[in-house]
Amino acid sequence: MSAEPLLSVRSLRVDFSTYGRVSHVLSDVSLEVPARRHVALVGESGCGKSVTMKAIMGILAQPPARIVAGEIRFDGRDLLRLKAREREALRGTAMSMVFQDPMSSLNPVFTVGDQMETILKYTDRRLGRARNRRRRRDRLREVLTQVRMPDPDRIAKSYPIMLSGGMRQRVLIAMALLSEPRLLIADEPGTALDVTTQAQILKLLRDLVEERHLALLMITHNLGVVRESADFVYVMYAGAVVERGPAAEIFARARHPYTRALVDCVPKLSGDTTFKGIDGSLPDYGAPPPGCRFAPRCPIAISACNKAPDERRVGPEHSAACWRVGEN
Amino acid sequence: MTELTAEALAPASLAYQNWHRFSRNPTAVIGATIVVVVVLAAIFAPFIAPHPDHVGSFVNFRARHQPPSPQYWFGTDDVGRDIFSRVLFGYRVSLVLAAVVLAIAVPLGAALGLVAGYFGGWAEVIIMRLTDIALAIPPLVMALAVTAVLTPSLMHAMFAIAALWWTWHTRLIFSITRTLRGQEFVEAAQILGAGRFHILFRELLPNCASAILVKTSLDFGFVILIGAALSYLGLGVQPPTPDLGTMVASGADFLPDRWWESLLPGAAILFVALGFNLLGDGLRDLYDVESVR
Amino acid sequence: MEFLYFLIRRLMWSLLVLLGLSIVIFGIARVMPGDPARLALGPRASQEQVDDLKAKMGLDRPLVEQYQHFLVGLAHGDLGLSFLTKRPVNDDIAETFAATFELVLATITIAFVVGVPLGVVAAANKDGFLDNLVRFGAILGAVTPSFLLALLLQVLAGYDLHVLPTTGRLSPDSPVHPNITGLLTIDTLLKGDLAGFGDTLKHLLLPSLALSAATVGQIARITRSSMIDVAKQDYIEAGRAFGVPDRVRVFKYMLRPAFVPPLTILGLEFASLLGNAFVVELVFAWPGMASYGVRSILQKDLNAVMGVVMISGLFFVLANLAIDVLVGFVDPRVRIRGSQA
Repeated sequence: MSAEPLLSVRSLRVDFSTYGRVSHVLSDVSLEVPARRHVALVGESGCGKSVTMKAIMGILAQPPARIVAGEIRFDGRDLLRLKAREREALRGTAMSMVFQDPMSSLNPVFTVGDQMETILKYTDRRLGRARNRRRRRDRLREVLTQVRMPDPDRIAKSYPIMLSGGMRQRVLIAMALLSEPRLLIADEPGTALDVTTQAQILKLLRDLVEERHLALLMITHNLGVVRESADFVYVMYAGAVVERGPAAEIFARARHPYTRALVDCVPKLSGDTTFKGIDGSLPDYGAPPPGCRFAPRCPIAISACNKAPDERRVGPEHSAACWRVGEN
Repeated sequence: MTELTAEALAPASLAYQNWHRFSRNPTAVIGATIVVVVVLAAIFAPFIAPHPDHVGSFVNFRARHQPPSPQYWFGTDDVGRDIFSRVLFGYRVSLVLAAVVLAIAVPLGAALGLVAGYFGGWAEVIIMRLTDIALAIPPLVMALAVTAVLTPSLMHAMFAIAALWWTWHTRLIFSITRTLRGQEFVEAAQILGAGRFHILFRELLPNCASAILVKTSLDFGFVILIGAALSYLGLGVQPPTPDLGTMVASGADFLPDRWWESLLPGAAILFVALGFNLLGDGLRDLYDVESVR
Repeated sequence: MEFLYFLIRRLMWSLLVLLGLSIVIFGIARVMPGDPARLALGPRASQEQVDDLKAKMGLDRPLVEQYQHFLVGLAHGDLGLSFLTKRPVNDDIAETFAATFELVLATITIAFVVGVPLGVVAAANKDGFLDNLVRFGAILGAVTPSFLLALLLQVLAGYDLHVLPTTGRLSPDSPVHPNITGLLTIDTLLKGDLAGFGDTLKHLLLPSLALSAATVGQIARITRSSMIDVAKQDYIEAGRAFGVPDRVRVFKYMLRPAFVPPLTILGLEFASLLGNAFVVELVFAWPGMASYGVRSILQKDLNAVMGVVMISGLFFVLANLAIDVLVGFVDPRVRIRGSQA
């Protein structure tokens, strides 16, 4: 990755304060999404991936959250240093989000077309672009076709309740594409759908990255999804990135004990089919363990793990944050 | 992210927790205070009232139309009776009648709602259609209609209101029961062989208890208001027994100069209705019941 | 298309309720103890007079036949003859219904026009001063006896301040226009009589204020909680992520779904609204159905009373039907699935 990547998060730290207690939710998150790449951010529920995503998009509620340190650079600018206005100008234009739950992310009392037109109208306004009604409709048709919707006009006139889950998800993706974003963040794409439909959605996303030259950041807890789609993977645990590398590498040669456990967890259809889980649970963010946050659950923890591990190189683009990596 | 809540830390019993939350809620506390004050005033009226004898047929034409004073706190009416004392006794009438109405309506409504919600099928259809019909008649109008055929008496009118009031409770309990019906503890009881009555009254009903409590509390206020409106219209308790609505009506003739004769009994009605309303509201916040209106 | 099915379903329900209502009312009237003819004529009338009236009113036929007669009459819009005035009850009621209808309409308008914005303000200032103020006002409105409020308004605005008239619908010296709709506000406008229009509005103001107090509060509170619920929904958050300005999100995206619960509540409230209308009409000497009803009751005019109750019930059912249609119009989920799930 030579030139500066489109999105680059550096040493992000976020605290939450509730009921007078402070939780150190993100301890040190760094990741990059280059243009035209499909990057996945993987982790179990509660590991902080949604917080990271919201921080990037700028929709993190502060309070109760507070960005303590770090940078979020998009297209060369640090988003955290921008004024609210400028930040808002980026949202929905250069960087866009695809929501998780197609059922609840669409307003039930308006037609899909109406909602899309509203979004388009206001993004146009922010970009200083004037588009009349007819051209807006044309654009709607364009994006609906891009997401492989048959009969876009009929879809636009429909209410969300009339569409199937898969179609609604496509609508959400279409909404995100309206203003030709450079970065698309997909939050658990397809988890609310059945497996077949999810596969279709994932394929759609892959195709879009190719065709529209998008950068895609996919947030998920499902490794199986990652294996199918992503180029590059970041594995998160308890508020920090514990391993990063090309997808193939991660699956073939996972190094961090957490990643290995995760990969092992994925049910296999042949070979050892026993069901494995990982003992223990996420740490208390109010009083996290010093050093490596995975240490309490780690089968190979040593006393050195009391100090936060550096990221150690394992391969050309592959590194893991563990003291025991690099041994034999 | 783990979140600590105050409840999770408190080791005390449920009753204590409820009391704790209740006493922190100003609405509930004010409401409860008002209700307690009124109820006690009503119970002890003969002892508290400064002029208890003014309640019966008493006239004192020399003290007619007196404005509020240290001797007559709420002033006197057009035949010289102390309004404050009469208000206290009037509270008795209001409270007793509201209690009668609700004593009939609430159990009836709850029972029907339980049956309709749990058994479904024909029971549900019949009961809920009946509810729809009863809801279409304004309670006041019904009471008026009934008194057309019977002699005008507050008791008759109240029975008429009770005959319509159960419908609110039926609807409420029906929707709660229907939701609960599918839940596991009901299934568990069924599997264990519990009889239908047991399920109805020992499993489902306690879950409705908080909603019933909130609604009944609010209802007390509304029923008192309807009763007052009825007596205002002349269908109330016959004189000389004091009744708040009738007092407002007879005092209305002397507005605006002798405002105390009409407005103070009216304020008394407002006071007790306010108390029950605040209490119900406070209870609703406490139990976090949203479906109760 | 599915809207039509929805309408038809609603209509069926309404008819069923009306039918049941007629049975209930008839049952009460005929089955209650007491002889209606005797009641109407009083204890001093002779037995022949009573029997005579009975025969004339068809009260000596078997109950089922009486009910059939009643039902047939209802279907034709005939509510029987008033014992007292000896005129058809519908004529009596028709004269007075318009006045009540106008009052109720004005009340609902006030309730919505004032209540919904108050609810929005309360939701926007959740737990703040304005929110508590609205809540306090709503409670006060709900607990004040309608007759008390009516009296107070009369005293304050009418007698003390001499600002507004306190009785009747029209000043005695205004010209009377032929009845087009029966709604004086509309009639005066149609005739271009602006002075008359202003006059009717002045007369309408106090009674509708008195009547709307409780309902405004209810609407405000339910709008508030409904707005708060909608604000929590994912699609509102999504709108933010897409960069839709706050103003649009609140007034377009939040208001429309939030609008439905207040409408539904209005439907339920309607019954008590009608009941309170009775009292308010009396205080303001408003020549509506209520005064007619109360008079009939005090004079034990059975047919008239039944007629009034039936019309009240009809009014309620129609109002709810109208509301259901409105809700179906606003919320497509109700249209298609019959519920807001």
